[in-house]
Amino acid sequence: MVPLTWYLILAAALFCTGLFGVLARKNAVAVLMGVELMLNAVNINLLAFWRYTAPGELIGQAFAVFVITVAAAEAAVGIALFIAIYRLRDTVNVEEIDAMKG
Amino acid sequence: MEQIFFILLALLTLGAAWMVVTTRNLLRAALWLIAAFFGIAGIFILLQAEFLAVVQVLIYIGAISILIIFAIMLTRRLMDPQQPRFNSQWGLVGGFAALLFVGLAAVVTRVAWPVAAAAPVADPIGRLGADFVGPYTVPFEVASVLLVVALIGAIIIARERE
Amino acid sequence: MHESSTPFIYNLTILLPILPFLAFVLIVLWTNRNKKLSAGLAVAGVGLSWLIGWAIAFTAFGQHGIAAQPFRMLRAWLPAGRAWQAFGFMVDPLSALMLLMVPFVCFLIFVYSVGYMGVGKPLGVHDQRGWPAEPGHVDPLASRFFAYIALFATGMIGLVLADNLIMLLIFWEIMGLCSYLLIGFWFARKYADPRKITPKEAGLKAFLTTRIGDTLMLAGMLLLFAQVGSLSFAEIFKPETLEHLATTTTHIALIGPVPWATLIAILIFCGAIGKSAQFPLHVWLPDAMEGPTPVSALIHAATMVSAGVYLIIRTFPLMAAVEHGPALQFIAFIGAFTALFAATIAVAQNDIKKVLAYSTISQLGFMFAALGIGAYVAATFHLLTHAFFKALLFLGSGSVIHGMEHGHHHGHGEAGKLVDWDIGAHGSQSTSHQSTNLPSFDPQDMRNMGGLFRRMPRTAWTFIIGGLALSGFPFVTAGFWSKDEILADAWVHGHTVVFVTLAVAALLTAFYTARQITLVFFGKPRTAAAEHAGEEDSIFRWMTIPLMVLAVFAIAFGWIGIPTTFPLLGRFSSNPFHHLMGSLAEALHIEAAELPFAATPLLTSIVVALGGLLLGWLIYRGVAEIGRREGDASWSPLHLADPLARPLGRIYTVLQNKYYFDELYGKVFVKGVQRLANWLFRFDDAWIIDPIVDGVGELWRRISEFGHAFDVRVVDGIVNGVGAVTAAAGSAARVIQTGRAQNYLLVALVALSVVLGAFLVLPK
Repeated sequence: MVPLTWYLILAAALFCTGLFGVLARKNAVAVLMGVELMLNAVNINLLAFWRYTAPGELIGQAFAVFVITVAAAEAAVGIALFIAIYRLRDTVNVEEIDAMKG
Repeated sequence: MEQIFFILLALLTLGAAWMVVTTRNLLRAALWLIAAFFGIAGIFILLQAEFLAVVQVLIYIGAISILIIFAIMLTRRLMDPQQPRFNSQWGLVGGFAALLFVGLAAVVTRVAWPVAAAAPVADPIGRLGADFVGPYTVPFEVASVLLVVALIGAIIIARERE
Repeated sequence: MHESSTPFIYNLTILLPILPFLAFVLIVLWTNRNKKLSAGLAVAGVGLSWLIGWAIAFTAFGQHGIAAQPFRMLRAWLPAGRAWQAFGFMVDPLSALMLLMVPFVCFLIFVYSVGYMGVGKPLGVHDQRGWPAEPGHVDPLASRFFAYIALFATGMIGLVLADNLIMLLIFWEIMGLCSYLLIGFWFARKYADPRKITPKEAGLKAFLTTRIGDTLMLAGMLLLFAQVGSLSFAEIFKPETLEHLATTTTHIALIGPVPWATLIAILIFCGAIGKSAQFPLHVWLPDAMEGPTPVSALIHAATMVSAGVYLIIRTFPLMAAVEHGPALQFIAFIGAFTALFAATIAVAQNDIKKVLAYSTISQLGFMFAALGIGAYVAATFHLLTHAFFKALLFLGSGSVIHGMEHGHHHGHGEAGKLVDWDIGAHGSQSTSHQSTNLPSFDPQDMRNMGGLFRRMPRTAWTFIIGGLALSGFPFVTAGFWSKDEILADAWVHGHTVVFVTLAVAALLTAFYTARQITLVFFGKPRTAAAEHAGEEDSIFRWMTIPLMVLAVFAIAFGWIGIPTTFPLLGRFSSNPFHHLMGSLAEALHIEAAELPFAATPLLTSIVVALGGLLLGWLIYRGVAEIGRREGDASWSPLHLADPLARPLGRIYTVLQNKYYFDELYGKVFVKGVQRLANWLFRFDDAWIIDPIVDGVGELWRRISEFGHAFDVRVVDGIVNGVGAVTAAAGSAARVIQTGRAQNYLLVALVALSVVLGAFLVLPK
């Protein structure tokens, strides 16, 4: 059987890859893809812990379902935002979206 | 045998993920993303969470990836392959992301996890369904409200204003 | 739950926070166009809460054994690991006593707000959104105001009913949000003087300052959860749990082993420091006075700031788990210090609301000091009486300010019909003054007032009653009984330092109260506005009735806590308050026996109250008698020297500037963060490696690019450095805020990596 640690390291690697995408990509859609990778890394963690430490209960699976739900909602709202920004400012470059500047 | 499968799936997932964050062409990145999702679905099957693997394929590949591809198509005029991929802080981000990975890996290998060797529950789908209307009613309802709000919100945000 | 033995009325507990919340939802979604309906909804929502709340409270008072067996209604809703967090409410003597005060005071303040916001008046033609309306007009955003305060009432009522720390935190944060929104309610307001803080900035300051405390509190709660595995009060306060927390220790670098109970108690107390504006996080409260006056009364006097005290009273068993431990000493020290510190500042303030703000900080310090020395019952008593008289004082000051504005408006209506109200919206206030060669008129400055007793008798009477209660006028007022109990407790238990500090603070309290009343209400009017001020307008009907009701409570509420051991009066008193809180204390194993009578603290509190009042009256009588000088355009009451300014000299200036805390924090923290961010920004810039040149075999070009960037950096650095020094005083905040989410997140990533690295590398 595969040790639990392998899954956790895989999840950590996936998480950091996604994080790099989120923080370093210029295009907003690419940033969103990075976020999806990070969420998937979380799901791997949840299911790995479920399988190895509490397989008798379904809490890990239930939480993974919630994560997927939230990810779907996030993707829908995120893409709607990009399209709105694209219309308004004619760009999806994250560096040009700096409305938070005080 | 299982370990070989795991290594193959992990390589597929990580390789695809790497391509997602580095490919210049966004459409290709989206296709790589689908490959990564397939790899993760395989990992789920290894973890004996078959239901989640199916959900992964249905929702992530069937819905979210398609949504992302739509977004890419809709903003295609800006998808200039000659544009720089990264912003100015990418070097710093890469360094710290690698550092974070090293830190996380150190943590997960040091801790002695309380592993319980047992078979997963029988009929997980039925149990999951019963749990959602049993102890997890409130989170379940909140999630459904979230989906409705996201649906309405997405329509309002993306609507063409006259 | 014992269905058979619990009275039915308890099942309505859930309605208490829901009713105002419903009002909030209805106003926001449907009725926000109709200001009258919105105001009516908010008042009705909280009014119903008040009635049901009192019904529940009195049922609880009449029931024996509610302390040992509080009423609980629970629903598991939030799984956290294997434990479930419950969505639950609880009624015990402490909640019931708070229910006596919170919805009732909220209701009165809501009624007052109807008048204050001018609901029913026509909309001013020149009024802008986010500005205070001209006198005699309705605020353009009145509906929004009522929605916010209704949500606020939800937060406060929910907080006192919460059955576990998670619920408490949720309602705590709701109140924090409302506080931010309401302080910045007049978000567009700007002042001619750029140094004066605007409502928008004040709201931000309040939010960020309290956030420091909240973060530490959250850390404390997480540690508690990690140790106990539950955040329900019933679980935490089990004697064996407390015993466990008090005896197991954790090792903290530099300090050594510390019991978990102490660490957690101090962290949770930090949340209370932020929320209740104790030193050193007190700086936000005086600036929060930029909000509308009912908000000052509601949030910054009666309810929200007392949430911090409530939290400590609620978690008192945890605070006291280590007997006479450092946690209690810390609370007592911070409380007593703040009580004195804020009272000294209040002596030198001229803004009517700022005086009250510092007095609130000082009185909250009293409560914390009382808790720190173990005076559990006395602190709760003072919390309740203070809520009544401080709400009264704030509402009274709002009435005074409105009266002054009316007088100002009226005076100008006669004097200069030419003055145009619409020049640059509210810039008119300054333009109208250029005609009289005065600096812009401040209706909140006490030096501009005087002689208002004759002009506004109802406001004056009620305000004076509130002032006497605040200074602890003997035997009659509520403030006397609660303050006396704290002093007696300190004396009997031998906490001499705390006793002396609090006695001096009480003396100063009486002194600045007398100063305020003398300057505002007695003597002769010092400006035209004060001369024409009045409370005849129809809005004052809404405003003065709550004042009168509160005035009754500011006196009579103290009578429920007269100690039975008190000579003469004690014979008529059964001291129901102590009886109630004592039963709860007994159930929680807190020592709270009724004190034996001691003459020293009683004499002290009588002497300091009367002496302070007399001293204030004697010193400021002279200033109050100086009347307005007609025809002398260069004369202004603002040039009058304070009688204390000369004898105190430098000290007075220091007091007037609030010990320069705002400046200090500005220099150390704000500037420090800006420096750090600047440095990070440059560091970041150095990493600019244009990805276009990222091709293979173009290493030389990369190096040259880098060298070029370096050149630019050095040269630019010098130039920018010179520029930065010059512009340092200006609005340098823009430099750090690139506005890009990715930059902010990078900072988070760096911080996370550093913390994780430290966790791994440093020895345990």
